[in-house]
Amino acid sequence: MTAAEVSQAAPSFLALFWAGVIAFSILAYVVLDGLDLGVGILFGATRDPDLRGEMMGLIAPFWDGAETWLVVVGASLFAAFPSVYAIFLPAFYLPVLLLLIGLIFRGVAFEFRGRGGPSWLWSGGFWLGSALAAFVQGAAVGAMILGVQVKNGQFAGGPFDWLRPLPVLTGIGLMFGYALLGAGWMILKSPTRLRDWAYERAPFLAIAMTIFLLFASLLTVMQAHGVMSRLIERPWAAGFFLAGLLALWGALLGIARRHDASPLAFAILFFIAAFGFLATAFWPYMIPYSVTVASAAAPEKSLSFLFWGAGVVVLPVVLIYSIVIHALFRGKLRVAGH
Amino acid sequence: MMELGPLILSRIQFAFVVSFHIIFPSFTIGLAAWLTVLEAMSLATGLPVYRRLFDFWLKVFALAFAMGVVSGIVMAFQFGTNWSALSERTGAIQGPLLGYEAFTAFLLEASFFGVMMFGRERAPRWFYLFSCLMVALGTMASSYWIMCNNSWMQVPLGHGVVDGKIVPEDWKAILLGAVQLIRWPHMLLGAFLTTSLCVAATGAWHRLRGEAWEDSHVMLDWGIGLAAVLIPAQILLGHLAGEIVHKYQPAKFAAIEARWQDEQPASEVLIGWPDARKAENLYAITVPDLGSFIATGTWDSKEVGVESFPPEDRPPVAVPFFAFRIMFGLGVAILALSWTGLVLRTLGGLEQARWFLWLTLFSFPAGFIAVIAGWFTAEVGRQPWVVYGLLRTRDAVTPSLSTPEATASLIVFILVYSLIYGFGAVYFHRLLRDGLTKRTRAAAGYDFHAERPQ
Repeated sequence: MTAAEVSQAAPSFLALFWAGVIAFSILAYVVLDGLDLGVGILFGATRDPDLRGEMMGLIAPFWDGAETWLVVVGASLFAAFPSVYAIFLPAFYLPVLLLLIGLIFRGVAFEFRGRGGPSWLWSGGFWLGSALAAFVQGAAVGAMILGVQVKNGQFAGGPFDWLRPLPVLTGIGLMFGYALLGAGWMILKSPTRLRDWAYERAPFLAIAMTIFLLFASLLTVMQAHGVMSRLIERPWAAGFFLAGLLALWGALLGIARRHDASPLAFAILFFIAAFGFLATAFWPYMIPYSVTVASAAAPEKSLSFLFWGAGVVVLPVVLIYSIVIHALFRGKLRVAGH
Repeated sequence: MMELGPLILSRIQFAFVVSFHIIFPSFTIGLAAWLTVLEAMSLATGLPVYRRLFDFWLKVFALAFAMGVVSGIVMAFQFGTNWSALSERTGAIQGPLLGYEAFTAFLLEASFFGVMMFGRERAPRWFYLFSCLMVALGTMASSYWIMCNNSWMQVPLGHGVVDGKIVPEDWKAILLGAVQLIRWPHMLLGAFLTTSLCVAATGAWHRLRGEAWEDSHVMLDWGIGLAAVLIPAQILLGHLAGEIVHKYQPAKFAAIEARWQDEQPASEVLIGWPDARKAENLYAITVPDLGSFIATGTWDSKEVGVESFPPEDRPPVAVPFFAFRIMFGLGVAILALSWTGLVLRTLGGLEQARWFLWLTLFSFPAGFIAVIAGWFTAEVGRQPWVVYGLLRTRDAVTPSLSTPEATASLIVFILVYSLIYGFGAVYFHRLLRDGLTKRTRAAAGYDFHAERPQ
């Protein structure tokens, strides 16, 4: 097949279904763990032990479940699109290493802080780990926009391909974006002065994120011809762009009016719009610009085995109990000692 | 001489992170079930001791679970970062199995774990117990999929080869093959035994210091009792697992037995020093004919030796040989300990027999060591294959991986794990030492009137 034929081949229903599940899982991860990481990043912005303790308490019941969506993304990729898994992870060998180290320090901090020993190390590890994890995730998006070099179904680039100006901009942008989600979570969940603390910082986070993403868009227009040609073919992608701007405006308005649920809701909406925009820019590629959804799909026998068990039975159950558990913890959370 | 390239570095890294990781699942699988039992007993009897023990072990579980989760995330990405050729060629089979693990196990345990830790006051009691049960089921489901995956790598079946890629043809054979149905319970019982010994040892430790009489009594009962019941079944399952190795992986079997040449009848090397260069065992203690009996149940069967395989298909001998003997020896030791405990309990002198309490205390790591030794036997014995007979380890490594990248990640993992798991060990020690003492319990506001006088 020529390159043109590869990009034209239509994916099967099962391949589409699993691409949809992975897209949903990425979005679930970005929103759920994004706000955890964001709280972690903001943890580094204060030295007040009361605020710090409450911040951790606000995400302690959820971080495990949120992080599991990342494992679901990895495992579903491996399951339904093994060749994408086999290209993506080697291409991002060092960023994945940094991500894992960040997540390790971030995760153990919940248990290790307050048990004696070097608490500065666990506190520092908590916010630096959160910031590092957010940065490399953003950088990976930037690197995907620039494209990944592939030869014979394996990654063929260098170890630092991901560390170019555009990925650095998207990396910093995502740090601010996650921090905005985190601030929205604190505003929604905290009944104490932490809420006001978060209100004061939220507008700054939203504006900083916008500036970095605008610069990143400028670089995308200049450097990423693959993305641009697809966007020109699909002018309706501008709808996502507009929705993102509206969501941003809604978040700022919610902050100004001190409406506790709005900042988080609109920040989530912004991430959904950004995700839709990127998906439009990449489709039908899973690894831009060589591997498509159709060409990477596992054999039908693997996809249908996954579909009938995990897709039809397990995923709906997961959704039901996730909603039940979040309902159990609804409303303001009183963290012990606050 | 092996060159220090991406292949050997990736192998060291994988062995390093997986060895640290397996400690936590083998502990938390049993702990989750133990917590469910405690919560159910507390609901059924209303005795405060069960609630006290629950709160204590929940703290231990939380620490173990967090460390298991972070080391587990590393595992989920290793297959792609360092073994992308394996992922690409066998992804159609291994991918769905690991995918099911994420869908049926990880999401379940992580979500309900949040309820266990923070939902006591918000959830009705039945829902709280249900959450404990879901976490326990999640940990067991996780072990099922991992063992399914590994059993397929040990004895591949139900697959075909299309365009160089290995694709599934018969999922039922993969999911419910005889190999899986023996190896999964073997791992599950290994995990339960590990936790039983930890619980019993914690009880013994408190009793030796004269702390928490009632609690230590319950812990010794359940820990010793469960170990005594499970260990005969575990030894039987181990024997069946050995028969599978004998049937499907003769080279591994020869390595475990340190049998270099074909023998009929075959002798059994009880202990010795396998010397790969001379292809013989130094300082060996050998029993004639016993090797045939262990392998087939007859006294005169012909057993194949390592040297009968082409050099490129031979596994290393020393690691499987010693690792197997460590595992088996610990199994026998656990049998002796737990049954002695049963006798002492029946005679009514268990808590007065301080020598036995000391023995129980020092049996704390026995389960962990046995589990790790078992995995070393299975994994090193499978070499030089990563998927037995289908894909060699040296062909599975990521082609684009450079030596500096692999060196950097190995060093980083060693440094970070030493720091994290070093402190983790200190915190575990403190928690288990102080978690149930009078001072801690007074601070937690528990009622001590139920306690028996000393």
